[in-house]
Amino acid sequence: MKYQLGKTLKEEFPIFIHHRDLVFLDNAASCQKPKVVLEAMDKLYRTSYANVHRGVYSISEAATNMYEESRVGVAKFINAKTEAEVIFTRNATEALNVAAFSVAELLQPGDEVLLTQLEHHASLVPWQMAAKKHQLKLNFIPVNSEGRLELENIDKIITPRTKVLAITAMSNVTGTVTELDVLIPKAKAAGAIVIIDAAQAVQHLPLDVQALGCDLLAFSGHKIFGPSGVGVLWGKLDLLQKLEPFEYGGSMISEVSYATASFAEPPAKFEAGTPPIAEVIGLGAAIKFVQEIGSEAILEYENDLTAYGLEQLKKVPGLRLIGPADQHLRGPVFAFVMEGVHPHDIASILDGVGVAVRAGHHCAMPLHKRFGIPATTRASFTIYNSEEDVGALVAGLNKARQLLVM
Amino acid sequence: MDLYQQNILDYYRHPRCNQKITEANYSAEVSNPLCGDRIEIYLQTSGDKIKQAVWQGEGCVLSLAAADMLAEYLQNKSLTAIDTIDKDWIIKTLGVNPSPSRLKCALLPLEALKKSLANN
Repeated sequence: MKYQLGKTLKEEFPIFIHHRDLVFLDNAASCQKPKVVLEAMDKLYRTSYANVHRGVYSISEAATNMYEESRVGVAKFINAKTEAEVIFTRNATEALNVAAFSVAELLQPGDEVLLTQLEHHASLVPWQMAAKKHQLKLNFIPVNSEGRLELENIDKIITPRTKVLAITAMSNVTGTVTELDVLIPKAKAAGAIVIIDAAQAVQHLPLDVQALGCDLLAFSGHKIFGPSGVGVLWGKLDLLQKLEPFEYGGSMISEVSYATASFAEPPAKFEAGTPPIAEVIGLGAAIKFVQEIGSEAILEYENDLTAYGLEQLKKVPGLRLIGPADQHLRGPVFAFVMEGVHPHDIASILDGVGVAVRAGHHCAMPLHKRFGIPATTRASFTIYNSEEDVGALVAGLNKARQLLVM
Repeated sequence: MDLYQQNILDYYRHPRCNQKITEANYSAEVSNPLCGDRIEIYLQTSGDKIKQAVWQGEGCVLSLAAADMLAEYLQNKSLTAIDTIDKDWIIKTLGVNPSPSRLKCALLPLEALKKSLANN
């Protein structure tokens, strides 16, 4: 293997050269960038930058080629049938907004949209708005106290009235990996359009859109070691052809008169205006980097790290972990509360010892309410983290306890 | 800078003014739904004079220590003294300069205090 996971991999990420002792555990919010990504973006700006799809001059064609190579790379990465199914957006949130907005245009008043109680605000709020506009009914697959979906009554929840299933592949709070293999076939059998929020999953799990059998899938570039400012919406080509565009303007049209316009074929139909050119090219480099490591190798490494994290965190007195206890049902994302210590204090004390974690509701307020807690501290691990980082976290947590638990 | 200085921890561990009074003339509650912090401030006054200032609530070290320092300072002060209390006063009294995200915590009690006057 070209790359070794864990501590050695930090050598590929310049931020860890700049901050030698940084223990970065906020990867569920955004990941650090390997130098191959920075170099690809830098090279574009230095050698071939121009707007894409416009110029007939050579550097514009070079930039366009690099931009379109990223699209091919993303298509292969998620096993899309064709790169025409890959739309570049600003981030996963925009991709999920496009999906909700455009799919809702196909629905009728009274149609049901099924979500889960795990959903992040980006997968929930666009549907709340669409429901208001189109008089749709929102239903939720409940979550149990362990943060797992309750599927006992699923055949009563998914019915022919269910026109959309919008579901996260992995929770950004509990780390729960959802049962897509069970839910997607049921939703498809009921005739629903299935939208996957893969914002968290893309960093941790292999994604094969054809094997999953979903209709639309969204993720961000910055959570898979690419730059911020670019996301992906994948959709089945025949569905994308049917959907209304979300934004109008240059690049997405076929013919325009002063009175009317016709639209280009996907993906251009959904990429109005100048896209995030360097960011798309950076994302292409990030995906190549991840492919060189291999999704299976990532899964195996992170499974061990998740098991170790669970085992070590369980030993911290007064700590209550949110999410499944079995490492096979979750990713290396650990949200927790500590008796007698406020999440903000934990995050500040950890920051003092060089450990970066997140405190708050992680854009999932209803889920926190479900667990009866206003906020949690979240430590989220990825491929450059190691057991040593788990150790630094646990030492920091013990320090917080000593300082603040009376 | 380490936020968890001895004086801050001392106010957090041993609050001087953490109670509720029933005969308050001024009171207000503010909360931060993002982290679940909640501070209530109660003032008992006689004319312009604050006879007693107390607080109740839940939150992080910074918000609770700031609430207690604020209430302690207010004892026997005039109501007009509240006008002179601002962000800089809180930072100076805490003796630490929190990052912008944590400063919000430290300013929550002051927000409650100002709201209590507006409520009246």
